[in-house]
Amino acid sequence: MAISTGINRQDGAPKVRERVRWLYVLVVLAFLALITRLAFLQIFQGERYTFLSENNRIRLKRIPGTRGMMFDRQGQLLVDSRPSFDLIFTPEDSQDAKGTLGQLARYLGRDEKELLAVFEANKDRLAFEELTLGKDIDWPTVVAVETHQLDLPGVALRTRPRRNYVEGPMGAHILGYLGEIGSKQLKALKDQGYASGDEMGQYGLERRWENFLRGQSGGQQVEVDALGRRMRVLHEVPDVPGYTVRLTLDRELQETAFAALQGKEGAIVALDVNSGAVLAMVSTPAFDPNVFARSVKAEEWRALIKDQLRPLNNRATQGQYPPGSTFKIIMTIAGLEEGVIQPENHISDPGFYFFGNRQFRDWKKGGHGAVNLHRAIVESCDVYFYQLGPRIGIDKIAKWARAFGLGEKTGIALDDEKGGIVPDTEWKRKRFRQPWFPGETVSVAIGQGYLTVTPLQQAAMIAAVANGGTLYRPWIVRSVESVTGAVIRQYGPEKIRSIEIKPETLERLRNGLADVVKLPSGTGGAARSKIVAIAGKTGTSQVIEMKGAYLKSEQLSYFNRDHAWFVSYAPVENPQIAVAVLVEHGGHGGSAAAPMAKKVIEKFIEQQNRPAGQRQVRAEGDSRAN
Amino acid sequence: MQIDRRLISHFDWTLFLLALAFVLIGVTTIYSANYDVIQRHAGALPGRQLMWLGFGLIALFTALAFDYHYIDRLAYPFYGAMFLLLVVVLFLGHSGGGSQRWINLGFLRLQPSEPAKIAIVLVMAKYFQDDEPQRGYYLRDLWAPFALAAPLVLLTLVQPDLGTAIILGIVLISMILMGGLRTRSFLYLVGAGLAFLPVAWHFLKPYQRNRILTFLDPDRDPLGAGYHVIQSQIAIGSGRFFGKGYLHGTQNRLDFLPAQHTDFIFAVFSEEWGFVGCLILLLLYFALLVYCLGLVQRAKDRFGALLVFGMTAIFFWHVAINVAMVAGLMPVVGVPLPMVSYGGSALASMMFAIGIIMNVSMRRFIF
Repeated sequence: MAISTGINRQDGAPKVRERVRWLYVLVVLAFLALITRLAFLQIFQGERYTFLSENNRIRLKRIPGTRGMMFDRQGQLLVDSRPSFDLIFTPEDSQDAKGTLGQLARYLGRDEKELLAVFEANKDRLAFEELTLGKDIDWPTVVAVETHQLDLPGVALRTRPRRNYVEGPMGAHILGYLGEIGSKQLKALKDQGYASGDEMGQYGLERRWENFLRGQSGGQQVEVDALGRRMRVLHEVPDVPGYTVRLTLDRELQETAFAALQGKEGAIVALDVNSGAVLAMVSTPAFDPNVFARSVKAEEWRALIKDQLRPLNNRATQGQYPPGSTFKIIMTIAGLEEGVIQPENHISDPGFYFFGNRQFRDWKKGGHGAVNLHRAIVESCDVYFYQLGPRIGIDKIAKWARAFGLGEKTGIALDDEKGGIVPDTEWKRKRFRQPWFPGETVSVAIGQGYLTVTPLQQAAMIAAVANGGTLYRPWIVRSVESVTGAVIRQYGPEKIRSIEIKPETLERLRNGLADVVKLPSGTGGAARSKIVAIAGKTGTSQVIEMKGAYLKSEQLSYFNRDHAWFVSYAPVENPQIAVAVLVEHGGHGGSAAAPMAKKVIEKFIEQQNRPAGQRQVRAEGDSRAN
Repeated sequence: MQIDRRLISHFDWTLFLLALAFVLIGVTTIYSANYDVIQRHAGALPGRQLMWLGFGLIALFTALAFDYHYIDRLAYPFYGAMFLLLVVVLFLGHSGGGSQRWINLGFLRLQPSEPAKIAIVLVMAKYFQDDEPQRGYYLRDLWAPFALAAPLVLLTLVQPDLGTAIILGIVLISMILMGGLRTRSFLYLVGAGLAFLPVAWHFLKPYQRNRILTFLDPDRDPLGAGYHVIQSQIAIGSGRFFGKGYLHGTQNRLDFLPAQHTDFIFAVFSEEWGFVGCLILLLLYFALLVYCLGLVQRAKDRFGALLVFGMTAIFFWHVAINVAMVAGLMPVVGVPLPMVSYGGSALASMMFAIGIIMNVSMRRFIF
């Protein structure tokens, strides 16, 4: 190699050495740049990136409180929440959201387009907001998703309590249903802890008692990895389950009433005579609230709304019908109290009644002959009450009707109750700007004309007759309890008013009502029971005015047929239960409605006679099983 | 061959200990990058890296055992071997992560493009070892260096391994510049380079283009191509001043970081050790580079100086490109952090490079 001298060594690479000086500068500059960048990221932007990294790994998960249960008056379960699985998807956790959805569709055998549509429809959602691809999915889907978890980044299962209405459609109108919170509702309720996607009561008790039933949402801070898989729970605020609501309803009576009305449109209301507690309230046709719990499908919803028979209506509180002959109860009271009726005086019924130039027919062709008050009630003589009408006068009739709660909402704790109409001169003037024509009083006297009532009002009215003149506000919720059993709210009977009425008046009326069922000539013979004495009044309210011919109900087209009424209470001597039955287009009250009332009353009496312990055991066994 | 006792007394402990320090930092960080909180172990990779450290030490001592002037004779055979290995990779290589870079030897996998970086330095040092012309080389004199480098660059480019190809190219240019180039030729070269950019763009794979576009605008596709850049910056930034603590980097632990034990290991390190840790690591590299530049100046001949310079250039470009990329100053290209990133061939090659530098360092006193 090179001849080695000191000089040679020094000159080994002079030009290289010279260039290296520049390299020092280059290296220093490069490292300064890198360190500046790191200082920028770690010191100046450190806080922001710390926030981002926390955000990266921590997801907040809301857990809505488990909704409260509902029990009947004997402690039998009516509504609870069962666990179910929702299929959710967080697109941010998947590098290829569309690919993952396609994969998922293949595993589930579902249409890829359907899943993609959900994804596309929620384009403007918040980052990391979950999409719900399916609610209450079936077990094979759960298994498929669990098995292929690794191929499905961002797809997860979420357990969610699903509302379970034990008896299906039986109590649908009272219990109500849940639905996803609407955007308007959400706006109004945002500060009360609701969030998008929450369910809330949208109908019936579920809606009215929402604040007690819903409980409080809890939440979890969950650490997730880059694929969105849960690693661990960092922090947890437990959810508070909703309160248990105990009802005055009786599941057995509800069942009986529902069974009795099967295949018909109508309503049955059973009240505790001495408190106004609702023992049963049924409206048919009904719907299955469990369908709503599964997130109702558009076509199912449309079918329910468009159904001509309007299954979503609660006929017991919202159906307004002419009371027909059941109104003779009010006429009797008004006549006696106003001193118009001489009870033992007979009038002659030729089968029709002339008022002005108009003829009013009795339901019975040829008439009842000579009738006094008692017979008029028992046989439901129209002419007797026709002639009574103008003599009492519409305003006094209206006064007594209102005293018994007709024409005003009962104030039961269910939404959208209707009040019916009790017409009088002032009402007519306001409503039509016309004077009252006396002839119209004749129609009202037998419960026709402008007069309309709801089945619930009828039940409250007949209960007041039975208990000696106290009108109670019908109530459904007995108590609200926490999960541990502590009583939060307790409810009891509430008097609307005590009606001032002479005992003899009620005595006469009730004798008549008892004989309606008891006597062979009575119109309510179909309600006669071997185990209990029942009192009641039939009613047949016309849907269309019949001129001329006497037509049998079957001869009319369905929607023109009469509505059948039966209002009743039992036992006659010591009344405990009041039952009002309405069957739409059912024809005669005596034949269509009275047997239904009898079934409910007999079930009630049967319960009373059952040893107390036996009932209790069954009730507890039931609630534990659920 | 005899071992000169003077060699032992001149053993370059500075370089040796620096190298070991990097490997130590590397293995502990690889451990953290692969640490499974639940199962409480880090798998086989830290152990495998230690095994490669063994091969690396063999390479290092092999490199300093003989007088570096023998490299004059060995440069072309070494180059030829690398060329052949890259051809083998092209036809028989083992694929991983979308590219074909490895030769599978059963118990270990070899990545020939790593020692190829050394080969470029060796042949260039050999080529430029004689004194340069008075005012430097003309471009026309440089056909041989380009012709030598081109096959290696092309063979890595088709794997595809853009990062290594870039390193090979940059090291080639560095050697040429150090070898001495006329100012005007230098300007031509720069001009040609710029003119070549659009052509290069045309040949880039879509994912590579994406990386460049993403660098220019990371929020373009935050869950797609921009994901790496953003997650890596979050990891570094959230380390703040003192870091989250060893084994406590959440970005790393929860797999938000891409290639966390290889190209992005600096992000793992930064998250856990913070700015202070980064500063120490960068100062160690700075110390290595400055020390080596000193050796370039003190080398006893041009060949030695060029050898040391070439190896130093390899280190410099790796560190600069890797850290700049991980910190979001540059598009993402696959360049490891020397002696720290996981990767056996890279570690052994870098140790070999250290060995050559030590060789020159120790023999500067021997004539």
